Amino acid sequence: MLKALKAFKGGVSLPHHKHTEHCKTVEMGIPKKVAIPMLQHIGAPCSPLVKKGDRVKAGQKIGDSDAFVSSPVHSSVSGTVTDVRPMLYPGGFEVVCVEIESDGLQEIFEGIAPPVGLEKKELIRAIRDSGLVGLGGAGFPTSIKLSPPPDKNLDILVVNGAECEPFITSDFREMLENPGGIIEGIRAIMDLTGVKKAFIGIESNKHEAIGLFSRRLKDVPDIDVVSLRTRYPQGGEKQLIYAVTGRRVPAGKLPSDVGVLVQNINTASFIASFLKTGMPLIKKKVTVDGSAVRNSMNVEVLIGTPLRDVFEFCGGFKEEPGKIIMGGPMMGVAQFSLDNSVVKHTNALLAFGRKDAELQKESVCIRCGKCVNACPMELLPIYINACVNKGRFEETLKYDINNCIECGSCSYVCPAKRHLVQSIRYGKAELRKMASAKK
Amino acid sequence: MEYNLIAGSSPHIRSSESTPGIMRDVIIALLPAAAAAIYFFGIRALLVILVTVLSCVASEYAATRIMKKSTTVGDYTAAVTGLLLAFNLPPSIPFWIAAIGGVFAVVVVKQLFGGLGHNFVNPALAARAFLMASWPVAMTTWTQPRVDAVSMATPLGVDAVSSATPLAMLKSGGLSSLPLPDLSSLFFGNVAGCLGETSALALLLGAAYLIARRVITLEIPVAFIATVALMTWIFGGHSLFTGYPLYHILAGGLMLGAFFMATDYTTSPVTFKGKIIMGIGCGLITSIIRLYGGYPEGVSYSILLMNLAAPLIDRYTIPRSFGGEKSNA
Repeated sequence: MLKALKAFKGGVSLPHHKHTEHCKTVEMGIPKKVAIPMLQHIGAPCSPLVKKGDRVKAGQKIGDSDAFVSSPVHSSVSGTVTDVRPMLYPGGFEVVCVEIESDGLQEIFEGIAPPVGLEKKELIRAIRDSGLVGLGGAGFPTSIKLSPPPDKNLDILVVNGAECEPFITSDFREMLENPGGIIEGIRAIMDLTGVKKAFIGIESNKHEAIGLFSRRLKDVPDIDVVSLRTRYPQGGEKQLIYAVTGRRVPAGKLPSDVGVLVQNINTASFIASFLKTGMPLIKKKVTVDGSAVRNSMNVEVLIGTPLRDVFEFCGGFKEEPGKIIMGGPMMGVAQFSLDNSVVKHTNALLAFGRKDAELQKESVCIRCGKCVNACPMELLPIYINACVNKGRFEETLKYDINNCIECGSCSYVCPAKRHLVQSIRYGKAELRKMASAKK
Repeated sequence: MEYNLIAGSSPHIRSSESTPGIMRDVIIALLPAAAAAIYFFGIRALLVILVTVLSCVASEYAATRIMKKSTTVGDYTAAVTGLLLAFNLPPSIPFWIAAIGGVFAVVVVKQLFGGLGHNFVNPALAARAFLMASWPVAMTTWTQPRVDAVSMATPLGVDAVSSATPLAMLKSGGLSSLPLPDLSSLFFGNVAGCLGETSALALLLGAAYLIARRVITLEIPVAFIATVALMTWIFGGHSLFTGYPLYHILAGGLMLGAFFMATDYTTSPVTFKGKIIMGIGCGLITSIIRLYGGYPEGVSYSILLMNLAAPLIDRYTIPRSFGGEKSNA
């Protein structure tokens, strides 16, 4: 086991709430109906390849796109397409969803076979067709990261097992339940990209996982476990790279610009299972927790399952939920309806009671500077917030607004409960609008 | 069934820290110094504290009511201002002058400029400067502490003996003008001076609490005190490098100013570099006033002057962000 090379500045120390760390993952089974969105990734949305009345099987591709940055989607069940219609998505825009009524048979699509005997290029193409996106939360198509432009020289793979968000344990459980698969996946990624050295970064509070991988990798010289400081946002891509390799990703640049490839734990293990079975991405490990959930647990859920079914599987709500979050409490997205679906990058579903969900009242900034000390990107949230509130969007560029990773540390520490990161998001969006208006 | 879900922006959890909580910590941190003031200057010190605190809180309430804003008395900031103002007054100050100071601090300096977070200088210090200009005699009439330096027993009935502050003695006669109070008297607080500045020990206790609770950071106080130490050591004696820095650190309002006044959130920079500049600037101005100026003490004016520079300092010390280009300032 190695120690982290560097400690990023700022960040916050959060309550862990890892109640489900000892909850073995349970398979949820087949829902009656799934609604599969055509956009579950960063990039262009897919066009549906099926229409109402079509019969589909599990693993069958039901949506794809010709765009470079995109990722196909697959049916997670066998059954009949009951509708193809736009649905409102958290974020306020509509996404086309394919609704499938499951027949409960879970028949596997005939075309599915392990990708054997393929060239590297074909293999990466196969991984693209598996619908794999970064499973850590952002959902960037993995195949693109695996085939960087020739001028980018990758030499280090960092596998992200930091899992710094409170409550979530789906990566941790995968590390304990499937260490062999993760290591196989890492080996496959190294072979595909030619990267000679890999590190698995794990926060120091997950000693079981650190111990397990240290033992398994004792005689493996090119894969090392790195124990990371337990501090949010240690799993942020730029923070993780800095901690493990000492390299700083320049503002506006990608990890590949400093020779680093980052993959999530679950992404690595999916690659291993895909190479063995050829089964596309149709299910996801999800932590279900929060003050309103009766049984906190880790569940393996088919993609497209309505959130309502997942919570029901976990015993339903023990109190009226006031807020449902997809993802962690720091960066997750609040859901407006239980009819929304589990998607590829869903790693947690949290439900909080009304009392915990109540928005706190914003008061005036007392200029304490705690947001400045908490910012892991070394920005001045206090001044970006002030500029945005005054509508002076261009001035925020002076404060490097676009370098913000929206981790929420500033809002978390603010004693005046100001909506700092929200205003930064708003400022970025306004700047994008202004830029596209200029074109 | 359908639930009424709140779909707010992340983060969905917040720390338990709050503005009133921070101000409560500041009040707790000021209590040892308040106790020392009462111990050394008697019940009158307590009365002065009560007058300024009441005056500030009442002014805050009245001002917000008149301006039809929601009242901000509950955030304790007016109480903190009152406490700090009392700490900057001599024990013998007439109560009505102390009360006017409170009104000036809260109404003129704080509320007229937009209230909490918008005052351009430290309200307590601005009030002190205002009272100093208006009633200079009352503001510089010092009383000898009631405790005998040797026995530490409390002789009753000895009250209001006129005296000079250690810095004033130093100014008029230099180190040779004995009998100067010794260092331990300065450290424990058995000297004439403003209410709150008397005991370095009590102030350090409070400062340690603020630092442990992460209410303040060390940049400003350390830069401030180190600069005063360096300046008074180099230039404070009859020839270069023969000054008496320890005396300058412990005497006067430096401890109070460095830990409790210069670190005031609203009127100090938020960047690391800015805080260092703020501390050094305060230290330089304090030393220059103490060594070459007309007043024996310069802490409060140095902080007021640097308060004015704080927005400018912030603007020119925008740090380079992680992985960012050099700062754009």
